Amino acid sequence: MIKIGVLALQGAVREHIKSIESCGVEAVAIKHKEELQEVDGLILPGGESTTMRRLIDKYDFMDSLKEFAKEGKPMFGTCAGLILLAKNLAGYSEPHIGVMDVTVERNSFGRQVDSFEAELAVKDVASDFPAVFIRAPHIVEAGENVEVLAKHEGRIVAAREGQFLGCSFHPELTDDHRITAYFVDMVKEAKQSHLVNAE
Amino acid sequence: MVTGTDRVKRGMAEMQKGGVIMDVVNAEQAKIAEEAGAVAVMALERVPSDIRAAGGVARMADPRIMEEVMNAVSIPVMAKARIGHIVEARILEAMGVDYIDESEVLTPADEEFHLNKNAFTVPFVCGCRDLGEAARRIGEGASMLRTKGEPGTGNIVEAVRHMRKVNAQVRKVVSMNEDELMTEAKNLGAPYEVLLEIKRLGRLPVVNFAAGGIATPADAALMMELGADGVFVGSGIFKSENPALFAKAIVEATTHYQDYKLIAELSKNLGTPMKGIEISSLAPEDRMQERGW
Repeated sequence: MIKIGVLALQGAVREHIKSIESCGVEAVAIKHKEELQEVDGLILPGGESTTMRRLIDKYDFMDSLKEFAKEGKPMFGTCAGLILLAKNLAGYSEPHIGVMDVTVERNSFGRQVDSFEAELAVKDVASDFPAVFIRAPHIVEAGENVEVLAKHEGRIVAAREGQFLGCSFHPELTDDHRITAYFVDMVKEAKQSHLVNAE
Repeated sequence: MVTGTDRVKRGMAEMQKGGVIMDVVNAEQAKIAEEAGAVAVMALERVPSDIRAAGGVARMADPRIMEEVMNAVSIPVMAKARIGHIVEARILEAMGVDYIDESEVLTPADEEFHLNKNAFTVPFVCGCRDLGEAARRIGEGASMLRTKGEPGTGNIVEAVRHMRKVNAQVRKVVSMNEDELMTEAKNLGAPYEVLLEIKRLGRLPVVNFAAGGIATPADAALMMELGADGVFVGSGIFKSENPALFAKAIVEATTHYQDYKLIAELSKNLGTPMKGIEISSLAPEDRMQERGW
């Protein structure tokens, strides 16, 4: 059995927990870095990325998050979570966790009045995913090992690089759990291959 | 592609959960708030305690202040419009403000009707003291709620009363039979459909923050303990002796509201909090919470 954590410093934690549980998997809210050791995969939720970063620094989470990534455990960032995962941020000299080979631009669809819903085709997930974009970022540039999963009006809004999954929108705000299920599969596969390698 | 849907408007408030929204009156304060980890700022001309002291009619702030704040920070910027003032709200929407607070802190423009918030693309937050008020605001299209408390007093007692009241009434609705809900709607003065939604979800359909009287990290943690989704701090930060320190401490206390050792630690040497006001010393006409209907 696998367990998936949701970084619970700030943001839409409850919704992700519900979505993970709807996929039949145990979910854990991660408030302290020690708790990362209990989980096989981690979701970085939507929220305010600057706030999450302050709290990550304050509680000395950063090294543990990087270590988590180094162990090959899957990580999934939605909106602010994608910003935390990105290796490059447009207009900023330093990334946050900086593990996924993408360049992300913050608030790139405008302010809240420009926030929107759209139906998206997400590769390997759904042809009709209800995507909710809220002051959303987008992926300006993706590295060569990054697989683009979805675009909206020519902009990359979902992508995967091996163990890392990121999207601009908020699957957790809908009752559609297909992207979460996709991530759950990534976590199961990673755990399986880790066990195989350990033998 | 559609903008201004309930999901987009309510979702924006969901992203603020577990966070602190701070009142600021200029770019410099907004930067201090962002640096401290605020999830949003409320751009105002005066914080509530100064509005209280100044008296007279309190209106929407000078748009220059909102503009200055919006240019200074990357977190969302909220602003207040008077209750029922359609044009102030439309001006704020046109400026690209991220959230509007239809607020009793300002002098109401309409003593009978609130804004029809469903008609706007921009989302609204409204104050409430009980479930009837909360449900009426949701019915009008509010995408986020907050307790009214008693703004600008630095006294938490009213916010506590309102949070407990709303949550107790939500629990009651959830435990009722569906055939009892219409009468409950009548008794509360609440739209029936909103009560049905509360029963179905087992909670309010929008987030409910605490506001009105939060002055210390312990106050913020108390409101989280009582079930708030996050907190608004008005006068509490920039009327304290050391705003930057206070702001950080309140953010941390909100995140880790049950870590009492940590709250003890971060409450040390904060300097003097804002001076408080005993509610019973306020004349009824000076109670902002009585505004709204």
